[in-house]
Amino acid sequence: MSRAMLAVTMAALVVSAGVSARSKPAPPVEVTPTPYPSTYRAIASNPVLIRNATVLTGTGERLDGADVLMVDGKISAVGISLSAPDNAQVIDGTGKWVTPGIIDVHSHLGVYASPSVNATQDGNEASAPVTANVWAEHSVWPHDPGFSTALAGGVTSMQILPGSANLVGGRSVVLKNVAAITYQAMKFPGAAQGIKMACGENPKRVYGGKGGAPSTRMGNVAGYRAAFMEAQDYVRQWDSYNKGDGKGEKNGDAPKHDLRLDTLSGVLRGEIPVHIHCYRSDEMALMIDLAKEFGFRIASFQHGVEAYKIADLLARENICGALWADWWGFKLEAFDGIEENIALVDRPENSCAIVHSDSAEGIQRLNQEAAKVIASAGRVGINIAPERAIRWLTSNPARSLRIDGQTGSLAPGKMADAVLWNGTPFSVYAKAEKVFIDGALMFDRSDRSRQPQSDFLLGQEGQP
Amino acid sequence: MSRRISLTRAILAIGLLATGLASAQDVLIRQATVHTAGSRGTLKNTDVLVQGGIIRAIGANLAAPVGVPVFEAKGQPLTPGLFGGVTEIGLEEISLEESTVDANFEGNDQEKGLPIHLYPEFDVTLAFNPRSVLLPIARVGGITFTALGTGGAVIAGQGGVVRLDGGFDGPIGDRRTMFAGIGNGLLGVSGKSRAAQYLLLEQAIAESRLPVTTEEKLLSLRGRAALSRAIAGGRIVFTVNREADIRQLLSHSRRLNFRFAILGGAEAWRVAPELAAAKVPVFVNALSALPADFDQIGSTLENAARLQRAGVALAFINNDDASHNARKVRQIAGNAVANGLPWEAGLAGLTSVPADAFGVADKVGRIDVGLVADLVLWTGDPLDVSSVTAKLWMAGRDLPLRSRQTDLRDRYLQAPGEMPRAYQH
Repeated sequence: MSRAMLAVTMAALVVSAGVSARSKPAPPVEVTPTPYPSTYRAIASNPVLIRNATVLTGTGERLDGADVLMVDGKISAVGISLSAPDNAQVIDGTGKWVTPGIIDVHSHLGVYASPSVNATQDGNEASAPVTANVWAEHSVWPHDPGFSTALAGGVTSMQILPGSANLVGGRSVVLKNVAAITYQAMKFPGAAQGIKMACGENPKRVYGGKGGAPSTRMGNVAGYRAAFMEAQDYVRQWDSYNKGDGKGEKNGDAPKHDLRLDTLSGVLRGEIPVHIHCYRSDEMALMIDLAKEFGFRIASFQHGVEAYKIADLLARENICGALWADWWGFKLEAFDGIEENIALVDRPENSCAIVHSDSAEGIQRLNQEAAKVIASAGRVGINIAPERAIRWLTSNPARSLRIDGQTGSLAPGKMADAVLWNGTPFSVYAKAEKVFIDGALMFDRSDRSRQPQSDFLLGQEGQP
Repeated sequence: MSRRISLTRAILAIGLLATGLASAQDVLIRQATVHTAGSRGTLKNTDVLVQGGIIRAIGANLAAPVGVPVFEAKGQPLTPGLFGGVTEIGLEEISLEESTVDANFEGNDQEKGLPIHLYPEFDVTLAFNPRSVLLPIARVGGITFTALGTGGAVIAGQGGVVRLDGGFDGPIGDRRTMFAGIGNGLLGVSGKSRAAQYLLLEQAIAESRLPVTTEEKLLSLRGRAALSRAIAGGRIVFTVNREADIRQLLSHSRRLNFRFAILGGAEAWRVAPELAAAKVPVFVNALSALPADFDQIGSTLENAARLQRAGVALAFINNDDASHNARKVRQIAGNAVANGLPWEAGLAGLTSVPADAFGVADKVGRIDVGLVADLVLWTGDPLDVSSVTAKLWMAGRDLPLRSRQTDLRDRYLQAPGEMPRAYQH
C-alpha cells in the first residue's frame, strides 16, 4: 500500500515539474497495476475423496453414485469408483450431494457489514454521481460476521460491489470466502476488478434529492455519456503518449493521471467487467446501446427484475442476468417482478441466468432461492433439472466474473471449491455439511473447530 | 316498459347471484392429507366438507350432499390458509413511493426529542385497500390472512387481522390490536434513550386508567379509551429484540397489569422459560442469524426451536420486505424446522398460533368444524420451498391462483406474436 501511494505522490511531483520546465518530456508515471495485491494462500490439506454421492458438476451434468477427488487444492477427478491416494481423507457421500462452491456476484458483505450502524455504512461513496475512482475493496471489513454465515450456506467466492447510489459506483472486488484479518488475504488471485454502474431510480433520487444532477433518467444517461466521453479523451491522450515519437521516446509530457478515468478507460479497454444495477427492460436495452456507443461490453445486469421481458436480447448480447428469485415492489422500477424471472432468462440458447443475493441473509441460502425458481417454473410447465439449476449459482456467476477458468465447476484442474450437502440442495431442509475452498475444509457443520467466528462476535455475552 | 324489464333483470340477477354464491361456497375436498394445525394433527386420506363457506365436517369417506361439488385432492397436503405475518399489505403499494404508503402515523410532535403526544387511537386498518395488487400475490403464495401492523412510535396505534379475500369487511371480528415498540429503532422518537421509552409507556398506561374528567396530557380521551380497551381485550404487540428489554417488558407487564406479544424477539431464546410462564407469544424471523444491530447480538437460527422447546407459543414473521414478499414467511418456517423445530410447530407458527395470539382463532388458523374454510392445497411439503400452491379456497370459494404477477408471466411466457404484447390480455 505504501509503495503505491509513494508512486502516485512521486508521479504528481514529477508531472508538475515537467509542466513548469517544458525543457524535457516528463517520464511515464509508474502506477502499479495491482497496488493492493492478493496475499491469499490456500490452507494446506491432504487429498480428499468423497465417495458415492450425487454430483452436480456445475457444467450441466449430474452423476449419481459418483466420487469427487481433490488433490493439492484442485479437482483431480470426478467419476465412478475412483481410487484414493494413500494419504487421502475419505468421506462417505452416500445419500449426499456434491456441488461446486456457490458464488454470489452481488454481495455487500464487508462494505455494509453487520451490525448495521453508522460506522459500517461504507458501500456508497454518495458524494458525486461518478465515483469510478473508488474501490470497494478499500471499504471491506474482513471481520463482518456475515462472511462466516455465508460460508455455512456453501458460498466459496463472492463479488463485493459498491452500492447503487451512483451512476458509476466504483470498482468491485472478488473475494474467496476465507476468514482473514486483511481483505488482501481474501482476494481471489488474478480475478479482475469489475465496475458497478446503476440505472434508474437510485442515482436520480440520491442526487435529485440534493438538488443536483442527475435528477431524471435522462440526466442519468447524460451522466454516463459525459463520463465515457472524458474517458475516451483520456485513452487517446495515453495512447498517443505511449505510441511515442517513433524514435523510442515517449511522445511529449505524460498526461495527468486520474483515478476516475483510469477505471473508466479500463472499461473502454475491456479490462474491467461491467456490472450494471438495472431493473427495467427498457433501461437495460438503453444501457446495451450506451455500451455500443462507447465500445464496451456489459458482463451482467444486476437485479434485472424485468429481465424476463428481454431474455432473448440478453442471451444474444452475451449478458448475464444476476437476479433475485422473488423480490419485487419496493420501488416502482421493481413493480413488474415475477417469480419465474430467472427461469425465463435461463430459457434461451447461450443464456446466463444467475441467482444473486444483495443481502447478508439471502447469501446464506442461495440454494433455496434457486429452489423457489424451480418450483415456480414447474407451475407453468417449465421443468428445470438440478444439474441445470446449479449453474445459476456456480458456473454462470463464474462466467460473469471471468473466473470460470479457475472455479465454478467440478472439472479437473479447477480450484477444489466444493460443497457437500446433506441431500438435494434445492430444499428448505438442505444444509451444507462441509465446504471446501481450494481443497481445504473451511467449514464443517459437525466440527466446531472448522467453523470460523468473527473477531466481533468473540466474547459477546449475548452470543448463542 | 323499460323500467319493468330492468326490474325483472335485476330480480333475475339477484336470484342467480344468491344461488351462485351459495354453491360457490360449497365443496367436498376428498382424500387429502389434512394438516389441521389443531388437536387432530395430520389426517391422511381425509375429506373436508365445506358448506356456506364454513368447514362442516372432517373425516374419512364423507358423502357429498346434493349439489356440492367434489374436488379430488389425491393425497396432496391440505393446510389452513397461512398467516402472512405482520404486514402492510393493502397499506402500501410501492414502499419507496410515499403517496402509496399509509402504514405509519408520523405526526408526533416532539419537545426536547420526546413526543408531546401519543396516538393509540390511530387505527391503521381504516387505510386498508383490499384492491391492492399485493393481496392476490400473497394468495398465490398460500397466504390468506395477515395482521396489519403499524409502527414508528413507542405506542404506534392499532392494527388488526384481515382475511385476504379482497373483501371490504375490515378486521376479523372487528377486533383491534395495539402495536408498540421498545429498542434502538425508536431512539429518534424517545429523546435518544430507550429508558425514555419505558417512561412513555408507563405514562400512557397510567393515563389510560385516569377518570375521563381529568386533564389530557400524553393521550387524548380517545387515545386513553383505545389503550384501555386494548389492555382489557388482548395483548399489546411489542417489536422488541434485546434480552434486557424483553425482561423489562415482562416486569412492566406484571407491575402495570397488561399482556403482550413479541415481534422480532431475536434474543427471546435467552428468556424462553419466563416467556413461556407468562404466556407471551413470540413472532420470530427464523432467518435471523446475524447481529444485525446491537439489539440483536444474540441472534441464532435456533431461536425458534429453543423457544418452542421451552413451551413458548411460537409464530413467524418476515420482517424484511414483509408485505410484498409476505409469502416468504413459509420459507422462514421451513428454515426453523431445518434448525430443530418440530414440523407440526412450524405449521402451527403459520396458522393456529398467530390466530390464537391475535384472538381470531374462532374464524381462521385451523382446519376445524365451524371455522371459515380458508384452505390451501400444496404440491408437496407445505413448509418446503420446493412446493407451491396447487389450489386455494377462501370461505369455500375456489379462488384462481392468479395475480398481476402471473398475468405478467403469462404475457411473456409465449413467443411474441405479430402484434405487440400489449395486445395479449
